[in-house]
Formats: sequence, C-alpha cells, structure tokens
Amino acid sequence: MSIDEKTVRKVAKLARIALPEERVAPMAAELNGIMAWIEQLNEVNIDGVEPMTSAVEGLSLPMREDVVTDGDDPERVLKNAPKAEDGFYVVPKVVE
Amino acid sequence: MTLDCIAKNMTDLTSLTLAQALDGMGKKQFSSAELTDAFLKAIDQANPKLNAYVAVTADKARAAAKTSDARRASGKAGALEGAPLGIKDLFCTEGVRTTAGSNILGEFAPPYESTVTANLWRDGALMLGKLNMDEFAMGSSNETSRFGPVVSPWRRGNSDAPLTPGGSSGGSAAAVAADLCLGATATDTGGSIRQPAAFTGTVGMKPTYGRCSRWGIVAFASSLDQAGPIAKSVEDAAMLLQSMAGHDPKDSTSLPNALPDFRAACGKSLKGMTIGIPKEYRVDGMPDEIERLWAQGIAWAKDAGCSIKEISLPHTKYALPTYYIVAPAEASSNLARYDGMRYGARVAGRDLNATYEATRASGFGREVQRRILIGAYVLSAGYYDAYYLRAQKVRARLNEDMIKAFAQVDAILTPATPSAAFALGEKGDDPVAMYLNDIFTVTANLTGNPALAVPAAVDANGLPLGLQVIGKALDEETVFSVSAALEKAADFRTKPAKWWA
Repeated sequence: MSIDEKTVRKVAKLARIALPEERVAPMAAELNGIMAWIEQLNEVNIDGVEPMTSAVEGLSLPMREDVVTDGDDPERVLKNAPKAEDGFYVVPKVVE
Repeated sequence: MTLDCIAKNMTDLTSLTLAQALDGMGKKQFSSAELTDAFLKAIDQANPKLNAYVAVTADKARAAAKTSDARRASGKAGALEGAPLGIKDLFCTEGVRTTAGSNILGEFAPPYESTVTANLWRDGALMLGKLNMDEFAMGSSNETSRFGPVVSPWRRGNSDAPLTPGGSSGGSAAAVAADLCLGATATDTGGSIRQPAAFTGTVGMKPTYGRCSRWGIVAFASSLDQAGPIAKSVEDAAMLLQSMAGHDPKDSTSLPNALPDFRAACGKSLKGMTIGIPKEYRVDGMPDEIERLWAQGIAWAKDAGCSIKEISLPHTKYALPTYYIVAPAEASSNLARYDGMRYGARVAGRDLNATYEATRASGFGREVQRRILIGAYVLSAGYYDAYYLRAQKVRARLNEDMIKAFAQVDAILTPATPSAAFALGEKGDDPVAMYLNDIFTVTANLTGNPALAVPAAVDANGLPLGLQVIGKALDEETVFSVSAALEKAADFRTKPAKWWA
C-alpha cells in the first residue's frame, strides 16, 4: 500500500503537526520506505492468535477503590503552564 | 588497585565500581562528599567534550552527600548510601528540568519525582545531574537530542573521529564509561539500554517488563518501555536494579511479584544449566568479529559448566517490523499530550488548531515527527486491524517462540549488537538502516523478557563489543548469574583513553 502526498497531509492534520509543503513529498517517500519494509508482516500466519497483552501470564489489571488519592493543589498543577491566570490555564479561544 | 591506595589519590575515586565505592565509604576511607566532589570535577573537565550531562545539579549533589555522610555516621546507611548517580533526562526529577531531549518540553520542571528515582534516593543514592538522550528515546545514536549528540569516550585506534555512544541512553552509557558517575538510570524500549552499553563497554540491564515502575518516566511506547541500570559491572547492575525495581500501585502494569536478591545471583555456579543459541540470530552479512565474539561466549559458557543447545526462534525476522508498528502507534498516542497548553513551549497560531500544529511542528524533531506520522497512519480509520492488531498478533507469535525456547533452556546467548559503535553522522540518511541496530535487542521488548548486555571483547579498532543474555520472564537471577560468569571469563578491563581530560 503506497502512501501518497494527500495521505501525508491528512495524517499530519490528524497528528496536529504543521508540515510545510516542501516536506510533504520527502515525508511520503520516507514513510513509504518504512511501510514497504513493514509489509513483510503479511507473511506471518496469525490465524487463531490472540493479540499479546501481557509479558507475564496470569496477570490481570488491578482494581482499586474509586477515591481521590491526590490533587487539590492548583498551584503545583499550573507551575509549568505557558500561560495561567487565577488558577486556570489560559488557552486560545475554543468556542466562537 | 586497592582501596587504601585509592583513598590516598582522590582523582582515582571516580574509577571505582559502585560496590567498591560503597565498601570504601563503609570503611571510612573516604566520604560521599569527597566522592561527589571527585565526580563533579571529572564532569567539569569532560562534559564540554562528551556532552553526556544536559544539567549538572552540583549544589543539590553536595548537599545530598553531606546529609548522606551524616546518615551513615548515625548508623542508618541505606543500600546505596552516598552513591553519586547520573539520571537519564527521561525520568522526572522534582524541581529539576526534565526534557526527554525534546524542545517541546521547554524548561519543564516536574513538581513530582519518578518512582524509580525516588526508590534510589530512599536507599541513600544521590543525583549528579541529568543525562543526554535521543529525543523521547527515539534513536540509536543520540543524534536526535535537542542538546546535540553525546560523543563516545571511545575512539577507533588512532582516529579522532567522534563516535556514537549508541542510543537512546547514550548519555547514561558515556557517563558510566567515562567515570562521570558510579552508575546511571536508563530506559529500554527497543534496545536503548543494551545497545549503548555494548557500544561503550558497560553493563546494561533491561529487567522483565513491569519490574520497574513507569510512573514519572516520560512515556514513549507504554507496552515496551522499561527502566533499568547502566553500570560498571554485573554486580553493580544487580545492586542498582534491586533499588530501582519493586511494585508501585501508581503504575497499573507494575508487577506485584516479590523481588529476589539480584546481587546474590551474581556469584552462582552455572553447572547444569543449558544455554540456548538461536540459529535465526546468525544474520546475513554479520561481521566476522561478531561471529567470533559469539563463539567465544559459547566457549565461556561451556567452560562454566553449561550445556549448549541450538534453538529456534522462528519469528525473529518479524520482530523489528512489528516494533515499528507498535512503538510509533503507542508513541503517537502518548505524545498527543504535548499540545502547548499545560506545559512546555507554546507557539501561537491564528486559532487553536493552528497553535497546536505550530507548537508541535517546532517542538518535535524530525525523527519524532516521522514516528508520530507513522503511528497516526497505522491507527487511522480502516487501518487498525491491518497494522496494529496484526502486529500485536505477531507479537504473540514471538512470545510463543520464547515460551517454547525456555521450556528447553535456562538462558539465551546472542551478540548484543550487529556491529561495534559507528561514527556520528554515518547512518543519517536511511531510517531503516538505523533501525537495524536493534535487531538483536528488540524481541525482548516485544515479549517482555529480561535481557542484559555485558562487555566481552574489543574489535580490531579497539572498540568494545557486547554479548546479550536473555532470560525467562521474571528470571533476572539466571540472567545475572550467566552474565557474571561471562564477565569473569571475559575479564574485560579495557577503558577508553581519557583524551578529554
């Protein structure tokens, strides 16, 4: 399956990465090189195989009580914010 | 060199192993403050040339050493009391800038400490600074770091050409090899502990997936990421892992199993063990030196009382392509959080989406962007089954190979890398050629098995080569036992000439 320039633009949009026009064609070529190499996985017989989920057998994800264990510390949470005001993040306008 | 002799010459303190340094402090031959000063001096001298540290926390280190000396004096010494360590810049360290080697994190100073580093401090260790790495741990040469590449302390023969220390934990490996810390934390998603360890003549241990908590480690590919130590000896690696590992309720994939005594496993006899030699690792075009190294490793294992058995891991050739679906897919999800809103550097655009796009385009480097795009592609509508789901099924096949193999053998022995270290810039153009560096290491990430790289020989240019020992899931002890025996047989003592001093 070949990745064309239209697909590269679409994927870059999905990934929210601005891709200058001059990088679209080279990126398509790079991705095609990598994906062509990955195509060899189609040779593997995966009939009846369950996808792998854990390295150690017999483990299931642990459950815990649904209680608050941390938080109530807006100052620490906002410490690294590029923009913050009155205990909130300041972000570009989301709703017109 | 004896400890008495070293104690008289403080500049040599940096060449001690962790075990020797702890012994020396225990016998009051020198203090943690003296040891820490010796390392800070060595870092000052070496770092402009090697670029291993991206931040040196000298004041914090000196203060911690003083506190540690007082703790030891009051008879409350922890298992790693007073040991100065380097920390890969992927581990969140409270109040100390943590960047994952990426511009997108800006001057991010975590308001919390990762579980692994907190465990080390609990046991008395202290931090000298943060170590350079490939951006988000994506790379095999350290060339994708925002701070520029680490230069390996090793050089080829009489050449001055700068070599890579490997990646992504290149700063950790270079710092340990150049005596700029007693040991270092590292992480391994496809080989990022073991490949740099092999390139620098150090020991690198990736434990079973889940042994070390991932909490507070900047995420790359969550089902593969695992922390471990890079150290000067197998015993040192065992001691560091003992402290780093352990169950953590804050990571739902953290293993609840009790930790065995890793250090005790290091001296154990190998008599009666069976070592597996996977025939699929004999790849086309493998350099003679790697062939010879492997044959030598097999001979050492025999001498130590092991029987040798050829085994088959039939899906080996599919491990790397599987990795290059699973890792980018998980990375594209994990790295979605870097949107410039809550932390890191924000680049303003005309609206919200344009701000996201500009922030991510300027904050992520080329290799990271490439992998995010692959990940977004393989996860996009209509492709999930064809790529990610298929890859997770091939991964189950790889795991079946391992389970079948470990029904017959106690450990698997392979070369750690397909070559010795290459020059910086040598593999820049072809991403797939760079990815092939991980050909021997990546399976253990996909299957979760513990694996260790131990230095075993030097090549014709005098560069280190490493062997890899892979163990059964949860059986780090056998990995340490076999590796310690190989280390003893190899008697690898070559150190890089200190051309930076």
